[in-house]
Amino acid sequence: MASFAESGPRRPVVESIRVDKVSPGARATGAVRALIVLLVALIMLIPIYVMFATAFKTRIDVTASPPKIFFQPTLEGLVLLFTDRALAAPARVQELQQLEAQGKLNLFEQLALASGQEITGPSPYVGRIVNSLIIAGASTFLSVLLGVLAGYAFSRFNLPGKDDLLFFILSTRMLPAVVVTIPLFLMFRQVGLYDNHIGMILLYTVFNLSFSVWLMKGFFDEIPREYEEAALVDGYSRLQTFFKIVLPQSVSGIAATTVFCLIFAWNEYAFALMMTAEKARTAPPSIPSMIGRGGVEWAAIAAGSLGFLIPVVIITFALRKYLLRGVTFGAIRQ
Amino acid sequence: MATIQLKQVEKKFGDAYAVKPLDMTIADGEFIVLLGPSGCGKTTTLRMISGLETVTGGQILLNDKNVTWLHPSARDIAFVFQFYALYPHINVHDNIAFPLQAQGEKKELIDERIKQVVELLRIQHLLNKRPGGLSGGDKQRVALARALVRRPAAFLMDEPLGALDADLRETMRAEIRQLQLRLNATTVYVTHDQIEAMAMGDRIVVMNTAVVQQVGTPTEVYYNPANLFVAKFIGSPGMNLVQGQFADGVVQLPGENRYPLPDGWKNAMTRGENVVVGFRPESAHVNPEGKLHGEVYATDMHGSYNMLHVNMAGDNVVHLRADRATRYPIGANIRFDIDPPMARFFNPQNEMALRRQ
Repeated sequence: MASFAESGPRRPVVESIRVDKVSPGARATGAVRALIVLLVALIMLIPIYVMFATAFKTRIDVTASPPKIFFQPTLEGLVLLFTDRALAAPARVQELQQLEAQGKLNLFEQLALASGQEITGPSPYVGRIVNSLIIAGASTFLSVLLGVLAGYAFSRFNLPGKDDLLFFILSTRMLPAVVVTIPLFLMFRQVGLYDNHIGMILLYTVFNLSFSVWLMKGFFDEIPREYEEAALVDGYSRLQTFFKIVLPQSVSGIAATTVFCLIFAWNEYAFALMMTAEKARTAPPSIPSMIGRGGVEWAAIAAGSLGFLIPVVIITFALRKYLLRGVTFGAIRQ
Repeated sequence: MATIQLKQVEKKFGDAYAVKPLDMTIADGEFIVLLGPSGCGKTTTLRMISGLETVTGGQILLNDKNVTWLHPSARDIAFVFQFYALYPHINVHDNIAFPLQAQGEKKELIDERIKQVVELLRIQHLLNKRPGGLSGGDKQRVALARALVRRPAAFLMDEPLGALDADLRETMRAEIRQLQLRLNATTVYVTHDQIEAMAMGDRIVVMNTAVVQQVGTPTEVYYNPANLFVAKFIGSPGMNLVQGQFADGVVQLPGENRYPLPDGWKNAMTRGENVVVGFRPESAHVNPEGKLHGEVYATDMHGSYNMLHVNMAGDNVVHLRADRATRYPIGANIRFDIDPPMARFFNPQNEMALRRQ
């Protein structure tokens, strides 16, 4: 039989013949796979859903058994989370009851009546979220900045004792946090860094530094030196070359490092619990401490966890295209 | 343009020499090719001239000014890399503009210069593209444009055609040479490809094991190699080299071959001395009355000629260029002659060429 290549198509080709010829069997397998992935994803998302739902449930709905799937959402949890309350005086309760009879209660007054407590001001949680933002933000900025500079130096220059230094930097991560907490606590108290923003920023920066230095070194290693050399002979100084050539090419590395450092600093619990009390306490250790006040406020806890989740989700989502390269770095050479 | 002078320039890594002390003067507008196998020190030499590598001894003069310890950016030298080193995050226009921006030139001047250089290299249509999407040849043209746009004192090129396929390499070879002649640009060009070196260079610097073996025009290094290394390295295949013994005006070669010395060589060697006879494939001719003989070991048809591999005895295989019409069966005994003026002789001990006396 004459081959296609010799004789050409028998009929004029009006549309491509090789696209979309997927067999029904293959299509079915694809669908089954997608279904399985979807199911696994749903199972994984259950705790997130429970947290999300609990945050908007009333006190009664939270503990209802069997758990309610459909419920009247309320902002009660959020109010409890962000406010401080005190028992309302009997006179005030009566006043509220009268107002209720007239149907003139706003949300806060309804809550006050239901729980017998009145809002006296913002809860410490607000300040702790702010602490978290300050400490996680500043320490992430510092560890990425130092990581970029040190990673570049380790990648490009022949430093004396380079391998030993790199190992030393890595070794700072070898002990689990629990082991170093007590000595650190004693030292921090001694030098006045206990319950101090600067202390916490320092602590998280140092903790993240080994990670960011190694990660950034890996990224810089992947950028061929020739770009810099080309810029050097093109008339630029080392520093200009770094800013004009190296930094733009390492954006994905910087983004990945930023997210990893931020997630650590934002989520860190053990150090924060030990090293802070009131002034510099971050959000993670203060969420479970809400358990202790006037019964377990599950809705408040869930609302706190949810709010706590959001910044990381936003940043991770914003940097996701860099992250994918970040987690697979080294696997692919250009 | 400029002259470049190297005075006893050397580069050591620890105790090992990457380049042994080296003297070289490159004239204004000259195209110099540094040629050698990988690891011979040619690229290191080039990088020392550019300042990307520091010297461990000696001086580099550019236009009689000592630039040995100047930062690369202060040397007014352009470098073209094997893998182009085009900045991937900016488009072609900005890549070409990059060196001019370093000098703080005005935008009008930059645009004017870019216009000239892209016309010269015929890459106007690429200006808005990112380097990542260009073909190898176009990338190299852009890299050349980036080097040319500055009008530097000298061009240094590190195997700029090494990453291109054979066809394109020949085109680009002619393009670079033509540009160089047009601009009268002092150029130092590194390659391991001897054909490229022969085709492009005004002079070739042959290097091996950190030492300069020979400096000369392509004709000189081809016809009068200074030593065995150059004889073998230049040409494809290289020069035929057969070891023998000299006595009574004749060199005894393997397989009962006796090669009478051409005029002028008898005084160059002493009786009983071992010598290596060298000749190019094209200076040997099959001749039924020839003085040398051997057995046909293989034949390669090269289109315009036949390359015969002739075994003189004991694995001493030499290459002869023979006429394409005649067929030489494998195993046949043939006789051949060497063009008397084309025969060369080497001392096998110090590997140096003997000179006619």
